[in-house]
Amino acid sequence: MIKPLQPKCVAMDANEAAASVAYRLNEVFAIYPITPSSPMGEFCDEWAAKKKLNLWGQIPEVMEMQSEAGAAGAVHGALQAGALSSSFTCSQGLLLYIPNMYKIAGELHPFVLHVTARALATHALSIFGDHGDVMACRQTGFAMLCSNTPQEAHDFAAIASTTTLEGRVPFLHYFDGFRTSHEIQKVNLLSDDDLRSLLSEEAVSAHRTRALTPDRPAIRGTAQNPDVFFQAREAANGFYDRLPALVQKKMDEFGELTGRKYKLFDYYGDAQAERVIVIMGSGFEAACEAVDHLNQKGAKVGVLSVRLYRPFAIEHFLQALPATVKTIAVLDPGEPLYMDVVTAFAESDTRKVSKIIGGRFGLGSKEFTPAMVIAVYDELTKAKSKNHFTIGIFDDVTRTSLDYDTELDTEKDDVTRSVFFGLGADGTVSANKNSIKIIGEETDFFAQGYFVYDSKKSGAMTTSHLRFGPRPIRSTYLIRQANFVACHQSTFVEKVDMTTIARPGATFLVNAPGTPQQVWDSFPLEMQEAIIAKKLKVHAIDAFKVAKESGMPGQINTVMQTAFFALAGILPREEAIGQIKKAIQKSYGKKGEDIVKKNWTAVDNSVAALNEVTVPAAPTTKRRRPPVVSADAPDFVQRVTARMMAGEGDLLPVSAFPIDGTFPLSTTRWEKRNLAQDIPVWDASLCIQCNKCALVCPHAAIRTNFYPNAALAGAPETFKSTKFRSNENPDCGFTIQVAPEDCTGCTLCAKVCPAKDKSNLQKKALMMQPQPALLEQEKRNWDFFLKLPTPDRTLLKTDLKGSQFMQPLFEFSGACTGCGETPYVKLLTQFYGDRLLVANATGCTSIYGGNLPTTPYCTDAAGRGPAWSNSLFEDNAEYGLGLRLAADQLEIKAQLLLTKFAAQVGDGIVEALVKADQSTEAGIAEARRIVGALKQKLATVDQPEAKTLIQLADYLVKKSVWVLGGDGWAYDIGYGGVDHVLSTGKNVNILVLDTEVYSNTGGQKSKSTPMGAVAKFSANGKDTAKKDMALMAIQYGNVYVARVAMGAKDSQTIQAFREAESFNGPSLIIAYSHCIAHGYSMVNGFDQQKLAVESGHWPMFRYDPRRPARGEPEFVLDSAAPKVALSQYTKNEIRYQFLHKADPVRAKMLGDTAQANVNTRWAVYQQLADAAKAAVAPKAPVVPSAAPAAS
Amino acid sequence: MALDLSTTYLGIKLANPIMPGASPLVDSLDRVKAMQDAGASAIVMHSLFEEQIDREMKAEYAHLRRHEDVFAEAANFFPESDDYALGPQEYLAHIRKIKETCKLPVIASLNGTQIGGWVEYANLIQQAGADALELNLYYLATDGAISGEEVETDVLEIVRTVKAGVKIPVAVKLSPFFSSLSHMAKEIELNGADGLVLFNRFYQPDIDLEALEVVPKLDLSSPEELRLRLRWLAILFGQVKLPMACTGGVHSAHDVVKSILAGASVVQVVSSLLKHNPAHIRTLLTGLEQWMQEKEYASVAQMRGALSLQNCPDPAAFERANYLKILQVWRTN
Repeated sequence: MIKPLQPKCVAMDANEAAASVAYRLNEVFAIYPITPSSPMGEFCDEWAAKKKLNLWGQIPEVMEMQSEAGAAGAVHGALQAGALSSSFTCSQGLLLYIPNMYKIAGELHPFVLHVTARALATHALSIFGDHGDVMACRQTGFAMLCSNTPQEAHDFAAIASTTTLEGRVPFLHYFDGFRTSHEIQKVNLLSDDDLRSLLSEEAVSAHRTRALTPDRPAIRGTAQNPDVFFQAREAANGFYDRLPALVQKKMDEFGELTGRKYKLFDYYGDAQAERVIVIMGSGFEAACEAVDHLNQKGAKVGVLSVRLYRPFAIEHFLQALPATVKTIAVLDPGEPLYMDVVTAFAESDTRKVSKIIGGRFGLGSKEFTPAMVIAVYDELTKAKSKNHFTIGIFDDVTRTSLDYDTELDTEKDDVTRSVFFGLGADGTVSANKNSIKIIGEETDFFAQGYFVYDSKKSGAMTTSHLRFGPRPIRSTYLIRQANFVACHQSTFVEKVDMTTIARPGATFLVNAPGTPQQVWDSFPLEMQEAIIAKKLKVHAIDAFKVAKESGMPGQINTVMQTAFFALAGILPREEAIGQIKKAIQKSYGKKGEDIVKKNWTAVDNSVAALNEVTVPAAPTTKRRRPPVVSADAPDFVQRVTARMMAGEGDLLPVSAFPIDGTFPLSTTRWEKRNLAQDIPVWDASLCIQCNKCALVCPHAAIRTNFYPNAALAGAPETFKSTKFRSNENPDCGFTIQVAPEDCTGCTLCAKVCPAKDKSNLQKKALMMQPQPALLEQEKRNWDFFLKLPTPDRTLLKTDLKGSQFMQPLFEFSGACTGCGETPYVKLLTQFYGDRLLVANATGCTSIYGGNLPTTPYCTDAAGRGPAWSNSLFEDNAEYGLGLRLAADQLEIKAQLLLTKFAAQVGDGIVEALVKADQSTEAGIAEARRIVGALKQKLATVDQPEAKTLIQLADYLVKKSVWVLGGDGWAYDIGYGGVDHVLSTGKNVNILVLDTEVYSNTGGQKSKSTPMGAVAKFSANGKDTAKKDMALMAIQYGNVYVARVAMGAKDSQTIQAFREAESFNGPSLIIAYSHCIAHGYSMVNGFDQQKLAVESGHWPMFRYDPRRPARGEPEFVLDSAAPKVALSQYTKNEIRYQFLHKADPVRAKMLGDTAQANVNTRWAVYQQLADAAKAAVAPKAPVVPSAAPAAS
Repeated sequence: MALDLSTTYLGIKLANPIMPGASPLVDSLDRVKAMQDAGASAIVMHSLFEEQIDREMKAEYAHLRRHEDVFAEAANFFPESDDYALGPQEYLAHIRKIKETCKLPVIASLNGTQIGGWVEYANLIQQAGADALELNLYYLATDGAISGEEVETDVLEIVRTVKAGVKIPVAVKLSPFFSSLSHMAKEIELNGADGLVLFNRFYQPDIDLEALEVVPKLDLSSPEELRLRLRWLAILFGQVKLPMACTGGVHSAHDVVKSILAGASVVQVVSSLLKHNPAHIRTLLTGLEQWMQEKEYASVAQMRGALSLQNCPDPAAFERANYLKILQVWRTN
């Protein structure tokens, strides 16, 4: 939401709070999206698109770069040339800034880098908060200033930005990722005048004077020799020496201006405290709560917040501590702060304490509660306190963890605590954000909102934690004892124990159909018991019915929001309703009266539809909540995975986890998410057995198989089978079977099904029908289906139909319903999964591919399957090359050893292996057979090298290395690597799942984004054409290149995959992937793919360097000349239509230019195809010209 | 001889009887200006469809809002923008722009789905500055449970309610598919309408034999379609006092002349403007003047209804007998 940048109290998160200052105080932003800092850049881009002005009446330039390294270079340049510049980042992105941070600091440029402190990827990636990233910058020469709350993020953005101009030392301004960056609080906004009064125009002018300009030429960035480098480095010391005082001076000025007073180190607690915790970041707030709790009971404790962390002003630090302090615990996610504190005392002649211990907390946004803080204070009282402890986990391995009271609740009763369980798509979070705005901005109450999401992109559960109270809210942790709990989806009662979070006597609201009695009866036994025991007041509303009757089918957010206000009693009911209506008017007024009216109707209808559920004295059911996973699940899944799935991951001890981030495959199959309302039902009589349904299924939830008829013995009654249409496989049955609990109901299978009833063309071989009625029967059928014998891979054709009889080794991922990427990934695993090494760039592919709790990659009956791994975002191609080089070296080693043992194992084996043609399935199977025989023979050889060969022998069977990622990686941040890997000639296959936008981080523009499309960082429609990476790759001449779109021509996709894999060199496949970021129903994803091709937006081709040797053209166009206008394709997608709504003139201009580009590009391709044909055309024999006739 | 081309339609005095009909022609302000320059006497906007507004809102929810706040890394997938409006805002803004661009009276057009929607949007259109409103009334009676009487009652209720809700004049655009169109027209008049527009043209289904799909199509009108209009203009002229607009099949100046002679106060042209260009209005006007001069008509008023059912020398030509007579002629040949 964009708000006017005017002084007032507004509910917002720290990202928005920091960005609103940065935007007004700068001229050039160079940015790159990375969670959770992306919204800061996005806000600036949106403001610039709306022509909002900075303090000097200019619209800042917001430039998206190809990587954080690029952004760092661009801001360095902008600063060097005299602009006021800023940027935003975190985590690995911040690491990419580091080289330039040294330069920027070394040259004393005034600059603020705003950072949402986030964990660094180590044994795993984490998008969540800790200080791993900022701690890696301590040595760069940047000042480091930490904000603990959204208000501070706003204030310190101003203090850092104005101090850096005067002090010339650049600042890293940071706050905790998610916990602060995404926590919504009431923020007092600084007005433009406030900022002006803090800002020294002289300092701005001095910065301009230092600008590099040919009008006053100077040179910076020299190379220096041993004679002078050292001295020159020390020359800047004074700026660092003066900085702490300068920051404090600015904080004092700020305090005068706003009344909000800050110190370099802020102490909170008893003035005579003996025990003190030193901490930095949002944890300070929870610690303050603990301090109040303890001191009210007579303890003497305090907590010190480190605000200016670099330079670490020892004097200020020591002064801030009470003179009485005897013991100190330093809390820090990584412990460098501990060293600073120890050093401070070591360097002090006057101050001594008896004990300093350090401990780690909060890694990857681990919960940090007052109870944990109290445990730390308790530890300080012990004669032998544990040092280098951990708090917040149970470390049963190295015994570092402190015990804490998990039941303790320090929150005051006058704080209303509400927790809402919603489904991702139901608008619960949006409605709650809205409620915070209402209470935060329209009343004197303080408000806090924090939102938790699960790891899935489809069917995800969201949990909203909202607090409202008469004092500022410092509880920087999830609500543990709520007075209001709302369940926005009735299906959750079967899956989640929502009552544990409810305080005794709390209100429980559930969205469920039926009478109050029916609602009560629908609760499982555990839930009924808890409600009775805790004396919860239960209310029910059929929100879906109310929404439908209000003209907004499916949109329950307004209904549930109204019900919350009606029951929670934070505001008088009438006032609350008035405020909700006002908020609706504000949100939707510009969108149209109709939306406003329908929402208003929903508000009015909601109150009337609320029913109180009478809670009986005893439970009325014996039905228990079903187990999280089936009893058949393997041990690890039962012990670890299931706990994570149940939301109990916090309770797992250290010993539960692999030590190096290695996790087992095949775990999504135990989740049984039951997301589909409708599932496909197969009519065998209509089916033409084309297997297209299985090909397009994004979740591998519909599969086909053929099997000897005899295998049908014992089939469930409802199991469907028909004669397999195959001359090679007579007497076989054929079945299409859906996995009813894993299907997400996207309907793509039914949409692509070409088999129609001749007399009723509405009727297809696959039709969607409601899942609940089919569930039990299809579960049995699915189980039976999985036990059927599978065809011999070596005999299967490698065409579309054959491919779908191969087991997908990628199933039931957390990808979006109707995902356009996963069908390609699945196909890859069907062909090569049993010999596949995957290097996966960070992004959607790595999230649905590798985000815990479960793993979609799985194994075949022989236990083989994809070996998958994610290194980083930027290095994926290089990482994949490394996998290739390793596999090659190990293969060479195995071959060398093989020749050594030739005599012992028999020449036949060696020869057979050398001769084995591993380009086919049969060849691979044969190689495996020989390797098996080899291992057996070697087992009898008593030599160390024989054991080595046994270990490495499997490398004699070909490994297929694939590098996967999206366009953000391949076109932007990883392009240098992609380009380099293509140039090496090595056998690495690169599959780019091109959604033309950064999908995972929320739709930011990439160089693949087409002209005219609206995306974040091109809010006014991208005005440059999509980069033609395929054409660029062709220029190498030795790279296999294909551009495919499964929805346009699936056979071409399959051909491209096979050709790429068989090409003994680098291959690049760019695959069109429809995406929810395009803004249309994914049901039509494959139709849009077709239109993309037919309109010439996505010409399909294959370039194969091998072909000329066979007398065939190296470049083949697989799609016909554009036959529909580009607008026929773009009109169906909101990403293009957005601009038509917002700026029709620009939309037309860009649309026309894009059409012209399509025409030009097609001509280029046509020429390439013609030239390739001509190059291999039989040359006409050269006929000597006839001799002139003799006259 | 100075010709008087002026006419009065919906109580508005117009310089001549030719105006563009409801179509996307008015999407471009350049084209609106060009039509004004070519001599159009009024501008008729394309229809505001309540159904479309409803769909846009649903699409906005389904494709934007539904994906918001679902996943920790992506609170949404598009830049937040309040620059675009859903619902009637875009249409209403366009009325304002046309009013700013040209001096001609603007007749807006509306197709509702619910009675509340009709009245609400009619009001908004009035507020946006439209000089008159054309109600684009059609109903495809696919449900066997709904009688013709019910359809007619609904139409009349819409007319009555909209009229009660707005001050600007209201024309009713009809389809020819009523059992007694004459009766219907009279009823519409009784319920307060200020004019009639004959007739609406619809998308018609076609069958794609390759894809085995039904494809809705709307082709440009052909001059043959005019005859149905001529007949009903002639029949209704005099029976109802309402001024009538002829639309559908007017391509040439002679078509304009015929329409007026049958009883139209104005003609609305679309297909011929799309085929040629907005300047074609000038050609039509010139042709009309030429014909009037040749036939020595001094004014359009003098022409109007001269060959209507009540005024033509052979009323049977418009009536059912017509059909029999032609057959007889054919038989005797």
